[in-house]
Amino acid sequence: MSIDLKTIKHISKLSRISVDEKKAEKLAGDLNSIFDFIEKLNELKTDNVDPLTSVAETTLKLRSDEVKSKNLRDQVIKNSPKENEDYFVVPKVIE
Amino acid sequence: MSDITKQSLSELVENIKSKKLSSSEVTKAFVERSEKSKELNAYITEDYANALNKAKKFDEKPNLDLKLPGIPMAVKDLFCTRDLKTTAGSKILNNFVPTYESTVTQNIWNEGAILMGKLNCDEFAMGSSNETSFFGNVQNPIDKNLVPGGSSGGSSSAVAAQLTPITIGTDTGGSIRQPASFTGTVGLKPTYGSCSRYGIVAFASSLDQAGPMAQNVKDCALLQQVISTYDEKDSTSIDFKRNEYSKELTKDIKGKKIGIPKEYRVDGMPKEIEELWKKGIEYAKDCGAEIIDISLPHTNYALPTYYIVAPAEASSNLARYDGVKYGFRAEGENLIDMYEKTRSEGFGAEVQRRIMIGTYVLSSGYYDAYYLKAQKVRKLIKNDFDDAYKKVDAILTPSTPSSAFKIGEKTNDPVSMYLNDIFTVPVNLAGLPGISIPAGHDAKGYPLGLQIIGKAFDEQNILNIAYAMEEKINFKNNITDWWIK
Repeated sequence: MSIDLKTIKHISKLSRISVDEKKAEKLAGDLNSIFDFIEKLNELKTDNVDPLTSVAETTLKLRSDEVKSKNLRDQVIKNSPKENEDYFVVPKVIE
Repeated sequence: MSDITKQSLSELVENIKSKKLSSSEVTKAFVERSEKSKELNAYITEDYANALNKAKKFDEKPNLDLKLPGIPMAVKDLFCTRDLKTTAGSKILNNFVPTYESTVTQNIWNEGAILMGKLNCDEFAMGSSNETSFFGNVQNPIDKNLVPGGSSGGSSSAVAAQLTPITIGTDTGGSIRQPASFTGTVGLKPTYGSCSRYGIVAFASSLDQAGPMAQNVKDCALLQQVISTYDEKDSTSIDFKRNEYSKELTKDIKGKKIGIPKEYRVDGMPKEIEELWKKGIEYAKDCGAEIIDISLPHTNYALPTYYIVAPAEASSNLARYDGVKYGFRAEGENLIDMYEKTRSEGFGAEVQRRIMIGTYVLSSGYYDAYYLKAQKVRKLIKNDFDDAYKKVDAILTPSTPSSAFKIGEKTNDPVSMYLNDIFTVPVNLAGLPGISIPAGHDAKGYPLGLQIIGKAFDEQNILNIAYAMEEKINFKNNITDWWIK
């Protein structure tokens, strides 16, 4: 299998990470060597194996649906890189 | 009292409890040594003035019933600490000041310990040498220009150099045990669900665990007892009966069955590691343990499985860094452009690489071939351990396939870097506890570690085995303080 530059551009779009030509070439090389290594899994037959979704053999606990922390607005907004009073500010989305 | 920083955690606790030392004296000693040790680059954020103030306050009204009375401690910068910058070793969190505290650190402060600062680590804990940190390399106190391991490299360096009596790290694929092995210290990765993940910057949620890093097994047991609690704020925290790890610690391991997995004899493993392992087996026998050959047939598939599962989870966890709610933001022409530039400038190369791998293996058309396949193989790996534990109580392996390497030696080849974790990764995939203890030196005089892997929730047993073997091994770390001028 080989990951080409077109695929790298596609993944970078999905990952929301901008990638220029030079970086794309470096990434293609790295990802190809990593996927060569990962391909080893194809040696194994796994048709009748159940996927492991959690190592802990417990189901998630239920809890009552009640508010435990209140009035966190200031805390939530505190680390925002850009804010306007009570809002997060982003570049204009709607024309 | 001279040489305060040379004392173990247990000795310091004892001396504070018997009033031979005050918290201020102890804190001052570790702060002074940390200040003289800047060349190690173990700290990202120092909080010494606050630490000294807290120590003074502690001494005014000391509560000597606590488990860590007035003990100063620096922690890995992956734990959110209220009002103190928490970066995860990343530029994207360089200005992030949490408004809440992680459960694990809260447990530590509740027992009387005092925060000294935040320790360097690989960016988002992705690395095995601390070289992916935005805040630069960390020096291993063993030798100049030697990596301290990773991702908890600042933590291992700080404990080995005695800048902090003890610390905590996190371990997703070996990030506590490998750096412990590289620095001649003890590191425990608890069972998945033992320590709360609440307030720990997430890397791969089905694998991440916090754990203690210490100078000896006794200290390690003491801290494990403090940090392991059931926490409803972490939905995967498990409510099981926890031992009093430190109180129940014993060197009596007579009749314990210890398994030796033949698949850990990997191609190209240095002779020194093979020798160390053999010596380890002899030590275990000397302690009265019974040695049994076992097989973990899917061992060779653990790393490829890990490099699907961990990046997949990371790509999802790291989607939150968008330059909007917190952290670094780069300006862009529109919203999408802002996201893409923020993440391109805010994340380092290794983190971007793993996000891309994770995004690819989860993307439409590839999910079954990669992610589902990896989950199935993960099941086979866990089954291997389940089968082995029908015959044995614990498993003994080397911690790493080599001793610490030089800074820059492996940075150009991601796969060779990943191979560092070949013996530690299967333990995370199966959710088991594992401890690395220093067990010898290689020809260069660098430390080598042995790993003891336990059954789920059986931390007490591997701590006991480690405690018994530690006495036989009688390891001495050879640290010359070369960085202190």
